[in-house]
Amino acid sequence: MVRYRKERLDRGIKVRCEDIFALSSYRETLYLLLPRALPVVALLILPMLKGVVGLYWEKVLIITCAIALLAISWDLLASVGLVSLGQALFFGAGAYLAGFFNRSFGWPPFLTIPFATLGGALCCTLLLLPVLRLRGVYFAIVTLILPLLLARVIEATKILGGTEGMSALSPLPNIWFELYVPVIALLVCLFGFRRLINEDYGLVLQGIRDNDRAVMSGAINIYRFKAQAVFMAAAAGAFAGAFMTHYYQFVGMPAFALDYSILPLTCAVLGGVGSFAGPVIGAFILVPLSELLRAFGTLRVVFYSAILIICVVGLPEGVFHYISRKYHQFERVVKIE
Amino acid sequence: MISSVIVYGLVNSVILTLIAIGFSLTFGISGVANFAYGGFYLFSGYLTWMLLNYLGLPFALAIVITVVVVGILGFLTYWVILLRVRGIVLSEVIATFALGVGMLEFFRWKGFVTYEFTLPFFIKGSIEIAGVPLDYQRLLIIGIGLAMIVFLYIFIHHTRIGLSFRGIAQNERTAISLGIESDWTAALSLALGSAMAAIAAIAILPLGIISINVGYDVLLIAVAVGIIGGLESVPGILVGSFILGYAQVITGMYIAPEWMMVVYLVAIVLVLAIKPSGIFGKFKELEERV
Amino acid sequence: MNKMGDRTILNVEKVSKRFGGVVAVDGVSLHLQEGELLGVIGPNGSGKTTLVNLVTGFVKADSGRVVYKGKNITGKMPYKISALGIARTFQMVKPFYQLPAFKNLIIPLYSTRVRKLRGGKYGDRDTVAIDLLEEVGFERDSFVPYKMASSLPHGYLKRLELARCLTLRPDLLILDELFSGMSMSEVASTLPIIERLNGEGLSIIMVEHRLRELFRVAHRIIALNFGRKIAEGSPREVTESDAVKAAYLGSEAEE
Repeated sequence: MVRYRKERLDRGIKVRCEDIFALSSYRETLYLLLPRALPVVALLILPMLKGVVGLYWEKVLIITCAIALLAISWDLLASVGLVSLGQALFFGAGAYLAGFFNRSFGWPPFLTIPFATLGGALCCTLLLLPVLRLRGVYFAIVTLILPLLLARVIEATKILGGTEGMSALSPLPNIWFELYVPVIALLVCLFGFRRLINEDYGLVLQGIRDNDRAVMSGAINIYRFKAQAVFMAAAAGAFAGAFMTHYYQFVGMPAFALDYSILPLTCAVLGGVGSFAGPVIGAFILVPLSELLRAFGTLRVVFYSAILIICVVGLPEGVFHYISRKYHQFERVVKIE
Repeated sequence: MISSVIVYGLVNSVILTLIAIGFSLTFGISGVANFAYGGFYLFSGYLTWMLLNYLGLPFALAIVITVVVVGILGFLTYWVILLRVRGIVLSEVIATFALGVGMLEFFRWKGFVTYEFTLPFFIKGSIEIAGVPLDYQRLLIIGIGLAMIVFLYIFIHHTRIGLSFRGIAQNERTAISLGIESDWTAALSLALGSAMAAIAAIAILPLGIISINVGYDVLLIAVAVGIIGGLESVPGILVGSFILGYAQVITGMYIAPEWMMVVYLVAIVLVLAIKPSGIFGKFKELEERV
Repeated sequence: MNKMGDRTILNVEKVSKRFGGVVAVDGVSLHLQEGELLGVIGPNGSGKTTLVNLVTGFVKADSGRVVYKGKNITGKMPYKISALGIARTFQMVKPFYQLPAFKNLIIPLYSTRVRKLRGGKYGDRDTVAIDLLEEVGFERDSFVPYKMASSLPHGYLKRLELARCLTLRPDLLILDELFSGMSMSEVASTLPIIERLNGEGLSIIMVEHRLRELFRVAHRIIALNFGRKIAEGSPREVTESDAVKAAYLGSEAEE
């Protein structure tokens, strides 16, 4: 009986690219360059289309970038083995700090945003420090409830604007600033984190995820590295929050909303955990989609939940890994001799 | 005044215990994540309400049906969703959390917010204890809560099924090699935990209205009690809920009612800073996994 | 075998550890001279690995002390103990599967201990990793060091584990059943490496079941059973001890 099996092989062009000789031919160089250059170019051009597509889609672009930043931040934590169920913590921390600096000290956005980013990252890292020593589940649980708790505390104690939040905050200078700052921040984070993960530092981080005992017995203080990862991830999230505060000119309890935790998580899982580009792709798919579904109200969250469950259970690979597999390899059916 | 603090504190604490029990059974003791807990809790309330008001069933029958249905729902959750990600705790957490949120937001979308949904008391009327008025419902809750805790303790220490719950949490492979069917046991623990959520919901919801926020609060409470008392210990559930319960009541009476939520935050932060695995927590820190 | 130094490098004083109802290690004491090779034998479940975990900080002792180079290291974090110069292998070898063999060594190379030893930046970690692999018997000019760890045979994985330890340039090396699962030829090629390391002055503790090989290189043996030390002495003395024979039910010791 003739039997068949599926075989996956690297594409010829990929193999030819593996050495420095890739630079000698246009085809090979393009093969390597295109996947990286295309999104960068697209992202840089999109803001310029504002005249064509209208104000509404600009808003969508900005929100997408913010969510994408949160998703990348999630991915960084996942790369070190920490699963965050509360990206809203970072977002809210940055958002409220920016509002606070603006309202109480009167600082303009280009001061509040950097300070809120760093301050938010610092606060979140300090809050999460004790949990780093425990099993991974504790990190998930604590990040889950901290934003919810903080929102309740703000509601109860009426500090930082209480239920009404702080409004009439300073706006951003001009429309180009509004559009390009998040895009550039996104690109910087994306390529920065990717580079980091592929360097030796990133190997240590992934080692902590895969086998922390071995890393510890290699005389490395895993908690210091985990804390550094949390700081970087928190900074990315806090930046998104701080920026959005000034974009909306308002910050309130919704900054700690579950949406900001679930959506980036779903984007990352859909897009492909661990790839950093995957979460960004996931964000650019899900956020515009969710804007289109705005009419359905909170049913959207049900929708995200369903996608999340399906992805976690059925498609753990994610869109990015699937696409990159198709790009680099081809499948064929082969007879078993 | 003191006596009212003691009594209301007791009531509050037992309420928290009742809420936390089902979650601790599944997650703390059996090691299976069930972050849809809040969703199940609320669903129990709505189901009972619908059985009572749409089908006009007698109260007792509605209770029994709800508990059974929710238990089956928990069982199914395992077989349909968790089975595929069993062992990867974090995927379990994400999947069940998504389920819970999905359920809660679905209810919100369906409009279960606008009506005033209430469940009837079991018994109406009140008595006075030590000069403090206490209605029968709350008294009944104390009774149910304490009974459940005792039941839980006996169950996981002295019955075969209960011991197998603990077995699959400690070392799944050994458990399997000893003839414990891990999947079946895990599904059972999920079913039991959800059924306990239903019991808690039916007992406690009459005290207020059924609202979506309750669903999220319940998860918050269950997790907080677990963190403070220690996730996998029955005495821990009691201690955790009593600490939180009394702290809440005292804060509410002597400082301001709004600050009660802050109590949760402070308590969690303190516990994490001093003894992260909880007061009775046995799970050692990272390195002690041999 | 080499000449030993006069200093005691490791002093374990009556350590005990119980897990719930089980006493894993019960008042075990041992000492190790500089440059000595100490073998630890005992049937399965006698507490050998727990003893190693107690010394290296992966498990906190209930009582007793561990003193290393005169410093009390009881209860310190594993990474601090590794940074002081104690390296250990793990029985369950779990390399980083998706990385090539030599990349597996990047992680210890990244530690502060290694960076301090060589005086500042290491230079090209990849080259150093390849050198280290050669030290444990990976053929340099072949593609073996570059293969994914997931595709390496068991014997190579064990040697990779050894290389991981040597990367730290330890002063005390603890091998937890390094030879388990290795074929005769693999053991035959790895044993000289250990002999050489010991000859160069590295103090070694070897927990082993392969007694014949162990006895060829060890200066001294201690035997454990049910968490207690039941014998101590030269290989011959220990083999002839009644307690040891009883513990093994007269099987392996007769070899």
